[in-house]
Order: sequence, then structure tokens, then C-alpha cells
Amino acid sequence: MSKKHVNAIVVGAGAGGGIVAKELAVAGLSVVLFERGDWVNYDQHDDDELISQRTTVLGNAFGPDDERHRRVVVYNDGKPRIVLPSEGGYGNNAACVGSGTVSYGAMAWRFMEKDFKMKSAYGNIEGSTMEDWPIDYFDLEPFYEKAEWEIGVAGDHYANPFMAPRKKSYPMPAFAYNREAKMLDKAARNLGLHPFSIPMLRNSVRYNGRPACYRMRSCVGFACPVNAKCGTHNTVIPTAIKSGNCELRTNCQVAEIILDNKGKANGVKYFDENDQGQIQTADIVVVAAAAVETARLLLNSKNKLFPNGAGNNNDWVGRNLQGHAYTGALGLFKDEIFDDVGPGACWAISDYNHDNEGIIGGGALCNSFTTMPYLFTKTRPPGAKRWGLEHKEFQRNKFKRIVKIHGPFQEIPNFDSRVTIDPNVKDHWGIPTVRLSGERHSYDRIGCQFLSDRAEEILKEAGAYHTWQNVGGRGLSGGQHQAGTARMGNDPKTSVTNKFGQVHDIDNLLVADGSLCVTNGGFNPALTIMALGYYVGDYIVKNWNGSKFR
Amino acid sequence: MNSTRREFIHKLSLACGSIMFIPACSGYNSVWRFFNEEEAKTIVAFAEQIIPKDQDPGATDANVINFIDKQLVGPYTRFQEEYRKGIPAIKMSSQRILRKAFSDLEWDEQTHFMEQMESGYLPEEYWEEVDQKSFFRMVMEHSMQGFYGSPRHGGNKNYISFKMMKLDYPHVIGQNRYESKCTNTKKQES
Repeated sequence: MSKKHVNAIVVGAGAGGGIVAKELAVAGLSVVLFERGDWVNYDQHDDDELISQRTTVLGNAFGPDDERHRRVVVYNDGKPRIVLPSEGGYGNNAACVGSGTVSYGAMAWRFMEKDFKMKSAYGNIEGSTMEDWPIDYFDLEPFYEKAEWEIGVAGDHYANPFMAPRKKSYPMPAFAYNREAKMLDKAARNLGLHPFSIPMLRNSVRYNGRPACYRMRSCVGFACPVNAKCGTHNTVIPTAIKSGNCELRTNCQVAEIILDNKGKANGVKYFDENDQGQIQTADIVVVAAAAVETARLLLNSKNKLFPNGAGNNNDWVGRNLQGHAYTGALGLFKDEIFDDVGPGACWAISDYNHDNEGIIGGGALCNSFTTMPYLFTKTRPPGAKRWGLEHKEFQRNKFKRIVKIHGPFQEIPNFDSRVTIDPNVKDHWGIPTVRLSGERHSYDRIGCQFLSDRAEEILKEAGAYHTWQNVGGRGLSGGQHQAGTARMGNDPKTSVTNKFGQVHDIDNLLVADGSLCVTNGGFNPALTIMALGYYVGDYIVKNWNGSKFR
Repeated sequence: MNSTRREFIHKLSLACGSIMFIPACSGYNSVWRFFNEEEAKTIVAFAEQIIPKDQDPGATDANVINFIDKQLVGPYTRFQEEYRKGIPAIKMSSQRILRKAFSDLEWDEQTHFMEQMESGYLPEEYWEEVDQKSFFRMVMEHSMQGFYGSPRHGGNKNYISFKMMKLDYPHVIGQNRYESKCTNTKKQES
């Protein structure tokens, strides 16, 4: 059954898709925004750790559900295994209106100038597909600014001397440090570092008609009970709907992009909330389903011109899957440090993102978000007994005396870390599922070790009596910071889209999420995905009246 | 005797693997959704070893068994088979080494037995169908979840683990400020 034709389809109501939908709708285009999940709010999950975004052992409060979704993961033993969304290997982000922006920690980083020029900065790396972006920081700068003001960021724009140049301040003042951050701030300054309050997509004062944050411990991994956290679900998506030009279709799973024999996208096939197959046609299709599902949708969309999937004639769709190898160190202190001022993370340094002698790239280091009691059972020094009285004593006496500093090391992309379509396994609707395979580049371990060493130095300087490292950088990539699977580039032979997010050879099919990222920065990527959403949206609107898309 | 019971359990697990018919799974005399009384006893003893009572309550006080039992007919239905294979393996290993049911062992004997299991040192002949180390790990994780997770899932009775960790519950300061923010909001908007 065919629905009324519209100007634009946007697949995925997350950080990128929500913004594109709004940009097009307010410019007067008719838009259908597809989301496979539903609206979620705090009252549905409360502060229930076991279904939070941080540990989904009993299911995902933010979707997707275990009943209808699965993926296949190939670990380094080469054996494919079916994994459920609530299981670790799935690499879940979220499936709800707003997606990860509902439950994220909400760090609002701009990438640095060098993050867009990794190859120029560091040269060829063996076994890596590292490349410069076809755009630079200054192409995105106005869109970073737009994201900061429309979605809402609190921060001090003078505080981080390493931040790339910017034209305008943040709209809200920075968050105050908690006790832990005050201690770390002093230690870092003693070491000659440049700490600052993390810019956050969270209201420090009343903004955009929503109240200020009251600093709960259960923030990251949860929706905000007072709506102080800023995501696309409480900013641009409502604006898009209010414009009268955007219809949000929740609980709809898009199966395939319909391609014609002229190399154009005509619309999508999808399953509605009653599992009925439907067709929606449009002038343009924008895919923003996050790096894994975006690649899946492109790969599942085939015709004569694209026998291996939309935009995949050069075999680059699904390649370069990146995320962030988290790495850091922990320290135990004699005194209680924890003061229950959420969300925990509020202190960072950007000293080690670049220009580290002998190191390729780097990453930001932050104090960690509050660990809730169950996950804290996994926070132990090496060799500590995990159960019995020793376990209990640690839970009881160390919870408030432990400090963790960690950060996202900028992964070195590689060709074999990838998303493909599993030949056998299908989801509830019969759509072939994703297969994740490959490993992080072996260099990531070296970079992670470097960052962990730096984190440990700060903890020691702060007075920790016992420290240990938690070095990341191995195994499959992807996860919540997934990126790179439809990277932009000037050469169609080594990329999936052009520098505006248009899929090579399919002018009216665009991508607008982290899939576009050629490299993934040493930062949490949400603000960059938002900036890319504004950037792609701006390109569509500016070219709409030409003949580019129709 | 033992093999008959194993066969019985095996059939039982096949019977409830796909369709959940709860009384058939736990047995007519059991108060549990999934476990029979004997299985429950084993898991109670296991969980109490993981989080023992000291000056603060332990796994039994927190009702960890209720959490695990509830999840095994919910999100953890997929682990039913492992429990149905793992618990008899504990029973046989304990009978063989110490001539007693695991739940009847002295505290220190239980601790030692579990240390053996954690390291994979129990007699392999009873652990052919399920790996003892991964079974240990799974029940340990489930016990922790039952002790520290939200009481809405059947464990952590009255938030006793939060009290132990000196975490306010409910998070009073936040709730109070929430109230005042709401009041301010109304004033500003009216």
C-alpha cells in the first residue's frame, strides 16, 4: 500500500536524523521521519540500573527489544554468534525518539582541527584506512554553533585552551565542579595541565523552556526526570512536528530503500507498528540510523545498478567501523571523595588529544560518570576477589573513595572492522540482519596505554594511595560511539558519500549521522553528529530549488 | 537414581524451553516460578556465599532468589537450560566430594567448594553439559544484579544494598529541588 508522496524521508530520529527532519520541515519541505522505537520517558524506567543504557542485562529501556532484533557477531575465534540487543556484543546505541540523546551523558565536544586532518597530521599508518575528511573544522564550525544554541550547551568557552577557534560563546554557563573534580583540577594544574568543566548538552540554567539540571546520580544511561538534558527528542523533533510539515512515524522498521533503474531513490519499504509492509515514496531519502543500521539499510537496498547495495559498488559501505576504545585508570583514596553530585563527570583535560610525542592522535580524559551499584561490582583492582566478604567490604567502604579518570582514544580506522549482512539470520520482519566482524587496529592498544598512563599520573598527584589501569583498545569496534561506515570523501573509490553526505551515484540519497565520519575524534561524538545533521540539512535546503534532487 | 533424575530434569527443561507453563517448571509443591524447592535451596546457598550477611544484610535477606527466579521466566528464559543443568552438576559434585548436598555443607566447606568451581577444579565428569566456570560466573552476576538492582525486579528488598553503600534512597536532595523547580516553572509561565 502506498502512502501520500512527500518531499523527504528521514530514517532514524536520533542526533542526526532529528535535526535534518527539523531543518527540512521548517524550510517548507514535507517530511516523514521514521523511528523504529517509540517515545520514552523517565517514568517508564525510573532509576532502574538493570535496564539502563549502561547495563542492559534485563533489556533496553531505550530499545531495541530482544524479541524482534538480533545481530551476528564474529569474534576473533572466527565463529559467528547470534547476539541480542541486551547483550554486550550487540553494540547497541538506542532505538527511540531522540535515540542516544535521551539517555546519553551529553558531553558536547567539538572535534579539533586536526581531527579532520588525521592523515596530513600523522601520515600513512600501516593497516589503516585513515584519511583526511573532505571538509575541515571551519566548514562545520557554523553548524557546531547552531547545535550548541538550538539543542543547548552549558560550558565555558575560554576554559579549554586546546579548543578549536569559535565565533560565539556557549548559551549557558558551565556546570560547577563536584568534590572529585575540584580535587582533580588541583592535581592536574600541579602537573601543568589545563583542566576545565566539560561542555554539556544539559541545562545549567533554565533554557529553551526547560528547567536546569538538579544533578542526579542516575543521569547517564537514563532519561532525565525534569527534562534538563537536551536531546533531539525535546528540541528539534517537537519543532519539526509543530511546523506542520513533519510526520513522525514511530514503531516503524525501514527495510529497504527503493532504487530505480536511473540510479535514484524513490522511497522506502517499511513495516508499520502492526508489522504491515508499507511503501513511502519521496523526492529524497536521508538515512540517519547510526553507523551500523545505516550500513545495513544501504547494503539491503539493491537493484541492477547496485547489486551489492546502495552506494556499494566500490565495496566501502560498512567498512571502517569505528567507535571509541575507552581507557583510563582508577585510584583509591583515604577520604570520601564522592559527594553524590551527579552526573559525576564534569572535569576534563584536552591536553592529550594531539601533539603527544610518538603517539598518533590521542583523546580527552574525564572523570567518570557515577557508577551505579551493580556495575560497581565490576570495579575492582586486579587480583581482588569478586565475591564474598571481600566483595561486600569493597562495595561498602570504597564506593565513595574511588576515582576513575578515563577517555575515548581516537581509533585508527581499518578496512576489515566492518558491518556486513549475515547470509542466514533475519530479524522479526524477515529483514537480513547485521554481521559485525573485524578488530580494532593494533595501534589502538598503544594509544590507550599512553592515555591510561597519563590518567594514572593525575590520580597519583591527587593523592591516591593505590592506583591501577584499565587499558582498552582490543576487540570489535562500534558501540554507542559507532562511526565511519559510510564515510565521506572526494574519491568515490575510497568513500561512500561526497562531502555533502550524498551517496556517490545516487544524488537524492543522503546520509546524516556518524557513518559519515572519516575519523572519529578523541571525543564523545554527539555534538559532531548534530553538526553534521545541520550541515547536511543546510545543503539539502539550499539546493532544493535547483534540479539537484528531482 | 541420579541418572533418572537427570533425564527427568532434561525432559523438563525441554518442556519449558519454548513455552512457559509455569507450574510444570517449578513443580506442584514449589513456591517458585521456575525453581523446585531443592534447586532454590542450592541457589540461595550459592548467592549467600556471593554476598554473605555480616553487619549488613546478605543475599538471602535481599531476596536474591526471588530476583533470579523471576528473571528466569522473564528476560532470562534463555538461561533456564543452563540452570537446569548446572544445579544438578553442583549437587553431584558436592555429593561426590563431600557426601552432602551443597546447601547442607558447612559455611567454609561451601566457600572452598565455590572457589574450586570458580577455577574449574570440580570433577569434570559432572560438568560435561555446562561449563563450571561460566556457570559460576553467570550465577554470580545474577546474584549481584538481584542484590544491587532496582527492587522492582524482585531483589534488593527495601533497597538494603543502597543503605549498605550509604546511598540515599530516594535521592532526597534532587527530589526536593525538583519540587522547587516545578514551582518556579509554574510561576514563570503563569
